[in-house]
Amino acid sequence: MIPSCKQASVLLSQSQDRPLGLIERLRLRAHLAICERCRRVSTQFGFLRTAVRRYRDGE
Amino acid sequence: MTPAPRPEDIEKERSYLLRYALLQLRSPAQAEDAVQETLLAALEGRERFSGKSSLRTWLTGILKHKVIDCLRRSGREQPLTGNDDDRSEADAVDALFAEDGHWREMPADWGNPAGAFENSRFWTAFELCLQRLPARTAKVFTMREVMDMTTDEICQELAITTTNCWVLLHRARVTLRECLEMTWFDGQQP
Repeated sequence: MIPSCKQASVLLSQSQDRPLGLIERLRLRAHLAICERCRRVSTQFGFLRTAVRRYRDGE
Repeated sequence: MTPAPRPEDIEKERSYLLRYALLQLRSPAQAEDAVQETLLAALEGRERFSGKSSLRTWLTGILKHKVIDCLRRSGREQPLTGNDDDRSEADAVDALFAEDGHWREMPADWGNPAGAFENSRFWTAFELCLQRLPARTAKVFTMREVMDMTTDEICQELAITTTNCWVLLHRARVTLRECLEMTWFDGQQP
């Protein structure tokens, strides 16, 4: 079953904290393939992580 | 044998350490105290600096412990679970999604967001968004992202479940994303 955007955002978030299982990765990939919204959010979560580190390190 | 760092070199890291502490403690007075304690501990123990890592890394390691002590103390004053804020926070996240679990609003295209790093006004917006996170969510988020703690370490430290930790991190990220979009990226793009 392909997850909803809400479920996909949960998986995207958790992928920054733990390795996702195989099924989770496949479900997430299936969702991202059809959902531009979540592809954007995926990039933006990555950006948030970079931004916090830049802020912390004062670069 | 690495020579002990000079006191003035330690002092030079003060502003970096303060920024680091502020990200996590949110109270300037507490952050100042943690940094002060760190600098004192570093000065007293500067013979122990092995030179294996940079001075900044070594100092940050000391600061982390001071910050955790401080979080512990404030955690006791402010219980981490079972308050009304939790409900309203969960509602705020739910509100971002429609009944069927789709994003209610189309997330904007942020273009090349890294360009914002060069703009000091972006950092002001970023700070404000961080400050708007509810205290408990902000605490977990900064432990994870600023202090590079694993979720296991965070759960142990705050005595919360792993699931709870993931829920809070998810809230923090979607809330920050939303805030940055509203205050910065919306309408910034050509």
